[in-house]
Amino acid sequence: MPGQLNLQFPSPDNLRVVLADSWLLTDSRPSPDDIALQLQSRSDIHSISFDGTAVTQWDSGLLIFLARVFQLAGEHSINIDPDGLPDGARRMMTLATAVPAKEDTGKHSEHPPLLERIGLRSLSMWRAAPEMLQFLGDVTLSFGRLLRGTAQFRRSDLMLIVEDVGPHALPIVSLISFLVGLIVAYMGAVQLAQFGAQIYIANLVSLGMTREMGALMTGIIMAGRTGAAFAAQLGTMQVNEEIDAFRTLGFNPIDFLVLPRMLALVLMMPLLVLYAGIVGITAGMFVAVTAFDISTFEYYQQTVRSMAWTHIWVGVIKGTVYGILIAFAGCLRGMQCGRSAQAVGEATTSAVVTGILFIVIAASLLTIMFQELGI
Amino acid sequence: MEATTVLYETDPDAHISVQDLTMAYGDFVIQRDLNFTIRRGDIFIIMGGSGCGKSTLLRHLIGLKAPASGRVLYDGISYWESSPADQQRIKRGFGMSFQSGALWSSLTLAENVALPLGEYTDLTAADIAEVVSLKLSLVGLSGFEEFYPSEISGGMQKRAALARAIALDPAILFFDEPSAGLDPISSRRLDDLILELRVSLGTTIVVVTHELASIFTIADNVVFLDAETRTMIATGNPKTLRDESPDPRVRRFLNRGEI
Repeated sequence: MPGQLNLQFPSPDNLRVVLADSWLLTDSRPSPDDIALQLQSRSDIHSISFDGTAVTQWDSGLLIFLARVFQLAGEHSINIDPDGLPDGARRMMTLATAVPAKEDTGKHSEHPPLLERIGLRSLSMWRAAPEMLQFLGDVTLSFGRLLRGTAQFRRSDLMLIVEDVGPHALPIVSLISFLVGLIVAYMGAVQLAQFGAQIYIANLVSLGMTREMGALMTGIIMAGRTGAAFAAQLGTMQVNEEIDAFRTLGFNPIDFLVLPRMLALVLMMPLLVLYAGIVGITAGMFVAVTAFDISTFEYYQQTVRSMAWTHIWVGVIKGTVYGILIAFAGCLRGMQCGRSAQAVGEATTSAVVTGILFIVIAASLLTIMFQELGI
Repeated sequence: MEATTVLYETDPDAHISVQDLTMAYGDFVIQRDLNFTIRRGDIFIIMGGSGCGKSTLLRHLIGLKAPASGRVLYDGISYWESSPADQQRIKRGFGMSFQSGALWSSLTLAENVALPLGEYTDLTAADIAEVVSLKLSLVGLSGFEEFYPSEISGGMQKRAALARAIALDPAILFFDEPSAGLDPISSRRLDDLILELRVSLGTTIVVVTHELASIFTIADNVVFLDAETRTMIATGNPKTLRDESPDPRVRRFLNRGEI
């Protein structure tokens, strides 16, 4: 039978709360509102006592009821005499009230107003800038030590990271470059065919892939694949205090963790960009030969005529710059990571977003720069 | 569902019975031939040196890992021979406090405690909020509802994890190394809390620890696992074992190697 509540007044200033039957969380229970009403209407009550002898079974259901009664009594400055409660419940209530609630914790569950949020966000961005510069400085110093041969890191780590960012990235780079080459060739060919100039597909694809798209697409793939991985690895190491362990043992975590990662991407990005260019040009040839009636030899000839070493260099330089930026963003976010699973997720997301943002900004600047220089 | 429930005869006092349990990872046997009983309302401690398989045994008792052979019975019902629905029902009666707390870091303390209540009960949001603040007040964390786990100390995280473990009023509470990483006073307070829960709620409590102070303060019975022979070498009351065990390894352990 669900819990029963009965209010008695053994003396005018004493309210006795008589509890009976089963007080379980899963059953319906009487609400403490009656008691609240009594306390409000009768100011002569000075104490509350209990009679719980008829309670058959109870769990947290009874305890939350009691917690409310205790709170009401506190609000009205009324004494509580818990002796009549079931023994276990009395002990639990003693435990629950042993440590007073911490007040003024500075925590509010509601959202701050819009302006405050904008302000807070701006301030945190403003504060993030010196951190980023500091990291840039640390990395530069670390590269300096690398050139002088005093940087501390394990060559085997470098090799493992090189393997992971280079050869292991080939399948996805192949797929994306092939499809991008295909799209460029097809889009261009449909327009060029109107003038009977299908053969210029070769120029379009080879220039587009080597100068711009190869580096850009590889950069975006690597930001999602490797930049995120760097941030997650370093972030998890931060959570496990592994980075602190390096610091304590006198290792510079920038040398030990960041430098090999930057180096690996700087070494691998140019190769991946060259590879992406070749795959893209092959895709263009595939479109030209199968859909636009151009022979393989013609396409090859036209590609060789349109290509110049400068185009290849431009692509490779762009790719290298993107590689540095991706590794920088990934390692920066990883090193800045907080100490929880949530923070690792945020670091990873932020690494990809920052990486792609850096790439797009660098792509625009470099394109304008090369244009101005006439390269 | 009835048809799938396999009932074995056990001691009427027995809450958990472990019968001929062998634990292994692949071919690698951790412990074999474990036989012991945890009585209802007991505080039962699993102890032994580092690496003997204490935490693995706990993982078997909370249904995270299947035995290589043997049975774990709850009130005579064999967990691994039950249907998934029955397993779920048995597990509903467990509360577990993990070694590092294992609070969900993306949720506030209140949300951590509220999640099982929201999933497994029909309580209204207001009732859940009251239960949450009650459970947090029981572990002395009243007022910390809106804090994230990363914003409180390790000891507070452990207590918050306990609040989550007792959210559903479990019949059995499991603790993995409750005092690891706590100062002696916090550790003592946690022990008192464990004792209080047993006395007030009659909860059966299973603890993995090698803290002798805790063992002698709270344990009714213990099982002692040995890493070398890979089986249990003693079970019973710790004080009796300390003074009277015929096995010198057990006496040595319980006397901090001082005999």
